[in-house]
Amino acid sequence: MTGKGILRVAGPPLAAVGLAVLVASLVLAVSGADPLAAFGNVIEYGTRLETLIEAFNRAVPLYLSGIAFAIAMRINLFQIGVEGQYILAAFLAAYVGAGVGTLFPPLHVAVILATAMAVGAAWAGLAGWMKVTRNVHEVISTIMLNAIAVAGVVSYLLGRWKIESATLDTRLGDIAPSGWFPSLNPLIELATREIRRVELTAFILVAALVGAAYHLIINRTRLGYDLRATGANPWAAEASGVPPKRTIMLAMLLSGAAAGLVGMADLLGDQHFYSLRFPQGLGFTGIAVALLGRNHAVGAAFAALAFGWLERASGVLEVRGDAPREIVTIMVGVIILFAVVAYALAQRRARIAAAAAAAAQVGGAAPAGAGSGGRGGGEAEP
Amino acid sequence: MSAPRDLPAPGPLAGFVSGRRRWLVYGPAAVLLLAATQQFASLPTDDLTSSGTWSIALAWSVPILLAGMGGIFSERSGVVNIGLEGMLILGTWFGAFGTLVGGPWFGMLLAAAAGGVGGLVMAAAAVGFNVDHIIAGVAVNLMAPGLTRFLSDLHFSDRGGSITQSPTISGVSDFTLPILAGGALFGWDSPDLLGAVERAGVFFLSDLAGMMRGFVFQMSWFTLIAYLVLPLSILVLWKTRFGLRLRSCGEHPHAADSLGVNVYRYKYYGVVISGALAGAGGGFLAIQLSGLYKEGQTQGKGFIGLATMIFGNWNPLGTARGAILFGFTETLRLRDEKAAHGLLLLVVIAAALLVLWRLLRRRGRMGTLQLALAAAAVGFWYANSTSVPNQLPAITPHIAVLVVLLFATARLRPPAADGLPYRKGEG
Repeated sequence: MTGKGILRVAGPPLAAVGLAVLVASLVLAVSGADPLAAFGNVIEYGTRLETLIEAFNRAVPLYLSGIAFAIAMRINLFQIGVEGQYILAAFLAAYVGAGVGTLFPPLHVAVILATAMAVGAAWAGLAGWMKVTRNVHEVISTIMLNAIAVAGVVSYLLGRWKIESATLDTRLGDIAPSGWFPSLNPLIELATREIRRVELTAFILVAALVGAAYHLIINRTRLGYDLRATGANPWAAEASGVPPKRTIMLAMLLSGAAAGLVGMADLLGDQHFYSLRFPQGLGFTGIAVALLGRNHAVGAAFAALAFGWLERASGVLEVRGDAPREIVTIMVGVIILFAVVAYALAQRRARIAAAAAAAAQVGGAAPAGAGSGGRGGGEAEP
Repeated sequence: MSAPRDLPAPGPLAGFVSGRRRWLVYGPAAVLLLAATQQFASLPTDDLTSSGTWSIALAWSVPILLAGMGGIFSERSGVVNIGLEGMLILGTWFGAFGTLVGGPWFGMLLAAAAGGVGGLVMAAAAVGFNVDHIIAGVAVNLMAPGLTRFLSDLHFSDRGGSITQSPTISGVSDFTLPILAGGALFGWDSPDLLGAVERAGVFFLSDLAGMMRGFVFQMSWFTLIAYLVLPLSILVLWKTRFGLRLRSCGEHPHAADSLGVNVYRYKYYGVVISGALAGAGGGFLAIQLSGLYKEGQTQGKGFIGLATMIFGNWNPLGTARGAILFGFTETLRLRDEKAAHGLLLLVVIAAALLVLWRLLRRRGRMGTLQLALAAAAVGFWYANSTSVPNQLPAITPHIAVLVVLLFATARLRPPAADGLPYRKGEG
């Protein structure tokens, strides 16, 4: 890749992150903290091995959530139901996983993962079904299904299925150790022995697999082509033989299946039971991951790592008394807004440049007002 | 008759009360339905139509109503606003903070202002930079709770609150209408006419009196003002030049532009007003209903407001109807589980009537059959249970809006350019 190409790809997201840091510094300064010292603390704490491992652990569910959103985004569907899908999926998978007792380990894990993917796909499929049969907009249906899943189904069933626990935590039973995912610490310990109290989940390999599968399916298969074609121009796609309803349904099912995996890193690698304290909000941050990573398998990985690292490294702000760690949530929001704006501007500039080039080719007759940056005044129709 | 898309947008009263006579039919019919449900419910209750229930229901409908009205202003100008939830959250925090600093009225103002700023951020992204409306809304929804938690830590922790909640605050006083509901008039204890009828226990009449009394007794001044927003919005949107221009931007922005309307500016107006209304709704929730700011207290009321707006076909009166309905289910959740169980019977009766109506009008058989099956299933559930899960009233609005979208899409008509990006001169 040429230097200019790298700049074009990495420029907008880096600019967005930079602006977010600026906004955060401003907020810190207004609230009476010293931004430089605060960020110094964050970087110092964030470069420790433990923090990095925790950042990777957090990045794994964020990445899966981002991929789930990106799959649907390829066909121009705003699947903002990842939140409800992964919580419902993790809850039911935890119930099934605890209910089957002890099994042959790979089988036990497979049962749990299959349950989670099936539940996620089914819940997303519901929204897909409403879309293709009754033309219900997916944004509205997934918002409503999120609430129904979390405040309705999970809340109700958790009340019925909860077990007595010494910690007064409202929770389901434990999954037997045969259904746990191993940690990758032995591998890290080959390189360094300094690692303490944190474990790198092996689920990161599953996330990598899902990412690779996503990339291959989208770019190298008939299905991926259908998705992209329908997303780019549904009428043209249908005219050339891509059934739009079936494609929409498939996209939603795949997206939901990926969403089902979001909670699995925490469930299988860390907690081994579902409780009221199960991590929430991963679905919405996943949207940020997909947007910052431009729905690209590798881009989303960088974005997930960035957000995971920010979330973990910011813990030090609270410990040192600089500022509440929620500054990160503000930064995530700012990053999304700025990233999307930056992408929109970059795309616009590229389009204007292309139009100007086309106009120049046709013959210098048309005045090239495109370079002036006016609002589309000089844009030629292709 | 299904309306083709190129018909002009129906007015504010369309669909709900296209003629005044409809009010006279639907109002009493709803009361009759509630009264009958109460009469036949297997668990004795009188809370479905008691003035206490309806007084609380009216108060709880306010945040939903204001969020829904906010949705109307935004979407009528062509901007889909799922950031309402975030603006509501901003309103709860700043409402509580303002009340601590300068009393409830100042709190309310600050809440509306904070929501308006949220709207401005959203508008800058969605209108100014043409960011997809959904993404802009998600960004606002992500930022708002982070910001409020950040601010709570800075301002509430040392005032007796914590990182997740504020110290308790008190709202504005309430009033009771004299003569009709027994309020005091210059020190004179006036008669409580509606209360007397309610206590008489006559079928239908007492129920009607109870519900009406609920709307006029122990009502906070905020509630009154919030409900004044309703006629005011109708006037502004349908009887002023401003309203016509705003709506034209949501229907056909390029046509509006060609007539000299500054489309960008009107979209900004729409979204900022939307944010201010939602913020006020959040302020009401914190100041008047909860007596404190607490993290997560909105419980998706912004989304419910959005649902209510769709439910009400992007019209204020329909939105108010939905807000009262969902305020009512919320009240049943808080107040009386027996009455919530009676709600199941209400659904069965209503669905049965709808099936009957569809049969008489010879509507599509599949839909009628599905509806009848659903009614039978709910009826079976009702007959074989003595209570409903506490979660059911909480998610009733979400289920209701899905049902409406599934079965009545042909009757819904969003603004024609709702959610579409707009660039001047690129029509």
